[in-house]
Amino acid sequence: MSSAAANFDPDVIWSLLEEVKDPEIPVLSIVDLGIARAVQDTVDGQLEVVISPTYSGCPAMYMLEEQIRETLINHGYPDPVITTQLSPAWTTDWMTEAGREKLTAYGIAPPEKTTSNKSVLFGGQKKIACPKCASTNSEQISEFGSTACKALYRCLDCREPFDYFKCI
Amino acid sequence: MTNLSKQDALVQYAAQIGDNGLIIGHRMSEWCFRAPSIEMEMALMNCALDLIGQARELYTYAAKLDGTGKTEDDFAYLRDEKDFRNLLLAEVPNGDWGDTIVRLFFMSAYNKLFFTALTKSTDAELAAIGAKSLKEVTYHLRFSSEWLIRLGDGTEESHERAQKSVNDLWAYTGELFTMTDGEKMLLEEGIAVDTAALKPEWDQIVTDVLTQATLSRPENNWAHKGGKAEGIHTESFGYIIADMQFMQRRYPGCSW
Repeated sequence: MSSAAANFDPDVIWSLLEEVKDPEIPVLSIVDLGIARAVQDTVDGQLEVVISPTYSGCPAMYMLEEQIRETLINHGYPDPVITTQLSPAWTTDWMTEAGREKLTAYGIAPPEKTTSNKSVLFGGQKKIACPKCASTNSEQISEFGSTACKALYRCLDCREPFDYFKCI
Repeated sequence: MTNLSKQDALVQYAAQIGDNGLIIGHRMSEWCFRAPSIEMEMALMNCALDLIGQARELYTYAAKLDGTGKTEDDFAYLRDEKDFRNLLLAEVPNGDWGDTIVRLFFMSAYNKLFFTALTKSTDAELAAIGAKSLKEVTYHLRFSSEWLIRLGDGTEESHERAQKSVNDLWAYTGELFTMTDGEKMLLEEGIAVDTAALKPEWDQIVTDVLTQATLSRPENNWAHKGGKAEGIHTESFGYIIADMQFMQRRYPGCSW
């Protein structure tokens, strides 16, 4: 966060970043997910966007980086710097309230609000609300789902299976 | 050995931690389309993806420190067998489901303690990778522990086979707590993890889960060593890199 002589308006950049969606969850932008961490200028006065990966092996990260670059270039920011930052490690706590609502509307249960459970074994499996009928009478089918960030659940009332965005 | 520079030791250190992730991750990915059920397959592929992702972060860091223009791909695709310094446990063939679970369990119990300690490294990049990886390997430990308990405390056959897996893989666990000269040097700087010090806690986790799984803990402490310190691997290792590196060896620089 340096020089005030930035030749861009951070608010405009943030709204452009809203256009970059997660390829696996296209209703969520990288802002909703908390992947975009900062918009700033480098010492050389270049526009810099700082992003944090969700999971180490998330195959979407490279694609997101390219999409950010493309979006910014298409809007007249010719040479943006995209920096990946590992620390502090991404947490589902960074997901915005709007993001959580969009996720539920899309049919994926949002992560629990508390930070990750520390117990190692059979770690306090909580009741997750079904995104279709809101019942918390649900059970876990599989701790791992179609992408690294999701687990599979089933609602025991409306019987629908659903994805749960894991809390990390 | 002793005239190793700190810089070289650090490149080696980042790469060797990455080697553990890449090699066990590659092994687990061999289950793709072959796992007993789709949930088990997704779980293994997710874990493999985490581990290979961690390896990428570590190789990227090693390449940056190396400073000769290498990339993460040089570390994965263009090094020879002796340059890989993974723990031998990581490369043991998949065997049956029990073998794969026990290998992942032993490794995850170690990884959880290792990355917890690495978050305190005086090297900021390693500490950051440690914090990121810790969240992931904690999941792997839970998954593999649950499966080990299910197998050990399951049917007569699953119990016997799980016990055999534990007995067979036990000899690869001693190497987890060894220290190379490079690690000892970096430990003095507060960079490396004191792996020898992780043993009591690892023993505790393993004993707890084996007890819940109604399995017994082998008494024999003889250990296979040499992967991490010298790059001397088991016979099966050559097949891993033959498979993994084929494209880059046959078509140098190929990309898509």
